[in-house]
Amino acid sequence: MKYFRSHILVCKDPDCIHKGAHEVMDALQDELVAEGLINEIQVLETSRIGNCWNGPEMMVYPEGIHYTNLTVDDIPYLVEEHFLKGRIATRFVEPEKSVKDEELGAPKSKEIRVVLRNCGKIDPENIEDYIAEDGYAALGKALTEMSPTQVIETVLASGLRGRGGAGFPAARKWSFVAAKQGSDKFLICNADEGDPGAFMNRRVLESDPHAVLEGMIIAAYAAGIKQGYIYCRAEYPIAVKTLNIAINQARAMGLLGKDILGSGFDFDLEVRMGAGAFVCGEETALMASIEGKRGEPRPRPPFPADSGLWGKPSNVNNVETYANVPQIILKGADWYASMGNEKSKGTKTFAIAGDVNNTGLIEVPFGISLREIVFDVCGGIKDGKQFKAIQTGGPMGGCLPASQLDLPMDYESMTAAGSMMGSGGLIVMDEDTCMVDIARFFMEFTQDESCGKCTPCRVGTRRILEILNRICEGKGRHGDIETLELLCKEIKSTSLCGLGQGAPTPVESTLKHFREEYEAHIFQKKCPAKVCKSLISYEIQPDICTGCTVCSRNCPVEAINGERRQAHKIDPDVCVRCGICMQVCNFNAIIVN
Amino acid sequence: MVVEASISERVHQAVENALARFGAHDDELIPILTHVNHEIGYLPGQALEEIAHALKKPKSKVFTVASFYGMLSTIPVGKHVIRFCESAPCHVVGGRQVIVAIQQALKINIGQTTPDGQWTLLAVSCLGICAVGPAFIVDDDVYGNVTPEQVPAILKKYQG
Repeated sequence: MKYFRSHILVCKDPDCIHKGAHEVMDALQDELVAEGLINEIQVLETSRIGNCWNGPEMMVYPEGIHYTNLTVDDIPYLVEEHFLKGRIATRFVEPEKSVKDEELGAPKSKEIRVVLRNCGKIDPENIEDYIAEDGYAALGKALTEMSPTQVIETVLASGLRGRGGAGFPAARKWSFVAAKQGSDKFLICNADEGDPGAFMNRRVLESDPHAVLEGMIIAAYAAGIKQGYIYCRAEYPIAVKTLNIAINQARAMGLLGKDILGSGFDFDLEVRMGAGAFVCGEETALMASIEGKRGEPRPRPPFPADSGLWGKPSNVNNVETYANVPQIILKGADWYASMGNEKSKGTKTFAIAGDVNNTGLIEVPFGISLREIVFDVCGGIKDGKQFKAIQTGGPMGGCLPASQLDLPMDYESMTAAGSMMGSGGLIVMDEDTCMVDIARFFMEFTQDESCGKCTPCRVGTRRILEILNRICEGKGRHGDIETLELLCKEIKSTSLCGLGQGAPTPVESTLKHFREEYEAHIFQKKCPAKVCKSLISYEIQPDICTGCTVCSRNCPVEAINGERRQAHKIDPDVCVRCGICMQVCNFNAIIVN
Repeated sequence: MVVEASISERVHQAVENALARFGAHDDELIPILTHVNHEIGYLPGQALEEIAHALKKPKSKVFTVASFYGMLSTIPVGKHVIRFCESAPCHVVGGRQVIVAIQQALKINIGQTTPDGQWTLLAVSCLGICAVGPAFIVDDDVYGNVTPEQVPAILKKYQG
């Protein structure tokens, strides 16, 4: 085996790739060759080191130095400083992010990394890297020291609940399938992570695929299953590729296939790719899709444990659920249950988007407050603006206002507050967000993604969207709010699957917490956040305007008139309210009314 | 017509390749359709017919699947396809202005193809690269942190 004095791990996450990670890696290779260092220093690919908002980035081991914001031009300097002179190239290290190797497990004060523990630390395409981090040790323990019942009992005792959103105890599902006779049973991993803004599972699949495989093999052992499927959405091609590599490597090592680790237990896995349908994240729709049909949900019961894939008993869990399992087996149920709060144990990954300083991925223990997530872990609201709302639970979740910021993040609290835990997408919105527009936006999404099978979801979401469109266009009427409330109630109680049942939540929660904004749109014909185009107008302040003509030259519809060096004027009848004039004005002369 | 014959031959070949790769089984229908869609750009009637024949299914059963999934198309698309992420995280960081800029530049709406057959503009659900929103994909290239001003330059790369 060849030894290297240093290893450079370059992040090959899509976010970093689009910022030039490929080019940076090539430049690095070339420079190391040019300096004669290529036999001493190894360059490897990895996935997700930090949060990729300042990529391309890389980790240098053994020092554990995290370099960010790299360009091709920086590489010669970096190689000279770090690898020839042995000095840290501080200008690429952000002080708080220059985490040492041992600290990588918890880069932010309130984070605990269980599922993300290996992300950015190992090469996802090399099974040996995973094994070096205690990988497959849990599988060995389960297969040789534990009975299937003991595995189920341990995971039950840990309090692990389904991370896909519903929060059903994972091992209880396994016990249902374990109780079924016959060998035709299936284990499914739901990797159809479709919630907008939620990309936690993608990171796990791309950076630590073996953790998911190991969790699945252990679950299959517990439930007595021989065949598994990972259903991954087509929008994640890199995850599919990484998974296939991982499966092949695991097979080659005897960790998948016949007689795993000599225990006599057989299990094999296959990746199935979706084709772009949000509803396929619903488990019955997902199974229909694996069977090669339209991904339409069907009523439950029968639950998958009774009649799932091809009518056989099946167990469906989410990526994150499986990824937790090896750690629970290895470190024990008590260790896992020590994190979180009374009813929600362990940690949860979240993908934060929107108007916070640090967007990206975090993993925190259950029970942490929304305030801690927004202001401590994510560094507060961008540009010093005011917090307005946080949307939890994806498009079927709700928007919670500032008054709810001290809520603990757990399954029960989120539901009680009129939102939901969901799979882990969080969108933070600042004062410039119109809540009616946001509700309309989510309704557009669910309306579009409704599979059309049941009437409440198909027609009901359309009716809600029509009313919201009308309100945003300034044509809201008396009684609209009441009609919305009635529709929400009915769709919720009569829809077939989670999509329809959850679809009204964004509207319901905004009606509950931001009712005055709806009223302003309907009765005063005003959009308080100045977002809804029909309810705003742009105006040039004549005393500030210098007549530089930048706005009139950039106006796409020629709505701005005026002589050079004279104050300009916007014709409200022609203006399409695109806001370009406001963006290009160098004197801040344009205001929104 | 020589041109038409060659298109028909290409479709046939794509179907044959897909069938050879995945096998003519019911549960391989989506992988087969995805493969042909990628090769041809969309799923022509001829492809659906040949697949239906091979899988011994009515064409309606194949069509119902082909028309259900967002990444499969039963109508022709332009030479370049823009898949714009219309999800909330991109929306709240200025996605709307970017899609407006694309629509203005190409003079088409979402779901349409330019008359010269160069561009198709599609709105798709979350691409999972929310940390760099607003984002869109042109063919297989990903663009993130896009501003409305960058749109013309990005589109220009694909012209000619």
